[in-house]
Amino acid sequence: MGFVSRGFKGRRRDTASSSRVPPGQYVVTDFPVLSAGPTPRVNLDQWTFTIEGEIDEPRRWTWKEFQALPAETVTKDIHCVTKWSKLDTTWKGVSVDALMEGVETAADFTTVFSDGGYTTNLALDDITGGKAWVVYEFDGQPLHPEHGGPVRFLVPHLYFWKSAKWVRGIRLQKDEHPGFWESNGYHVRGDPWREQRYWGD
Amino acid sequence: MIRWQFATLAEVVPETPRVSSLYLDVPDWQGHLAGQHVDVRLTADDGYQAERSYSIASAPEDRRLALTVERLEDGEVSPYLVGELRTGDRLELRGPIGGYFVWRGDEQRPLLLIGGGSGVVPLMSMLRHRAHVGNRAPARLLFSSRTLADVIYREELERLAASAHGLQVLHTLTREKPAGWTGYTRRVDEAMLQEVAWPRQDAPDVFVCGPTPFVEAVATLLVGMGHDARSIKTERFGATGG
Repeated sequence: MGFVSRGFKGRRRDTASSSRVPPGQYVVTDFPVLSAGPTPRVNLDQWTFTIEGEIDEPRRWTWKEFQALPAETVTKDIHCVTKWSKLDTTWKGVSVDALMEGVETAADFTTVFSDGGYTTNLALDDITGGKAWVVYEFDGQPLHPEHGGPVRFLVPHLYFWKSAKWVRGIRLQKDEHPGFWESNGYHVRGDPWREQRYWGD
Repeated sequence: MIRWQFATLAEVVPETPRVSSLYLDVPDWQGHLAGQHVDVRLTADDGYQAERSYSIASAPEDRRLALTVERLEDGEVSPYLVGELRTGDRLELRGPIGGYFVWRGDEQRPLLLIGGGSGVVPLMSMLRHRAHVGNRAPARLLFSSRTLADVIYREELERLAASAHGLQVLHTLTREKPAGWTGYTRRVDEAMLQEVAWPRQDAPDVFVCGPTPFVEAVATLLVGMGHDARSIKTERFGATGG
């Protein structure tokens, strides 16, 4: 028997959902907000989404063009490195697979970048193959600015800081360049099932 | 890897009816920066575990590691930390964590700290650190609490403001106006920030910590007043947690 916190009982979760909650996480029903700085106010008239870097011709969509792309609605569990998990969250947006369709690239890595200067690094394999979306609706409503609206990244199998708010594009790269939190003590990949929270985890 | 280690509770200091500071002996503590946090892990006798993050309240120079914890009635971990944990009990923690919401102490720009409720905790670490290192750049803390009884670190803040060079502490109370009170008595608004914040040309380093609506409101006002968004560092905590 290892260490026991004297007098700690804890609050067990029901077994039906416990297999969906990674180690060290707890389930919330609200939607906490975490950001490193002020919430940017985004002007949709000037908004574009760009795929650039290791690509012959950068791809760029205006807001109107982006809205016209085939959308998917997905329901996913999300896991924040600050310990909360939220089950069955529903999002609408465009899959990265659709955005990348027909793209030839020598890149193995990407940097997803946002208004306000936020970046996060992701392996290309982690955002293709039905694993990532660029979303503009949460729960059937336009995405609120606090939660990354008008458009955020969604890569639910990794800790939620990878799901960059206020996203503006994907830079395809041959090498891995640690992003904002990844340069500030947080794990370069961030798999919640391996509890990859911090450097060295 | 930031490894789990044992801390022993040396002293509990009640700060307000809902908030206490836990002073911990951590034998191999590697040191921290003002503004960082730790993860705390509790284990029940059947192996069930719960983890939460708490901001560090102590300065890097302090002998003991201090966490200041608000007891959330519907919380899982905070009612244990504030209520059940006794001096001599051991606690598992790992850290320090976070490399962004930190103030190193050698900065010469004005330091503007804006805290709501227990959001003052990492800001207090910065003010304690500032006093230790003798930083003379001007500093201001604007601290929003519900009532006078809810003001965390009230006496220590008074002492710091009286003794540390160039520090001003300004309070606002959102739910009462005690007799003789000379501070503000409303939510933080633009007029208050115009009085308290330095003009944008002075380029203060700004740290804002508190509940999400508080941080959203303050950060948005500061950007609207022309402050550079990149100089405003925020930490938000939601109504859940605990």
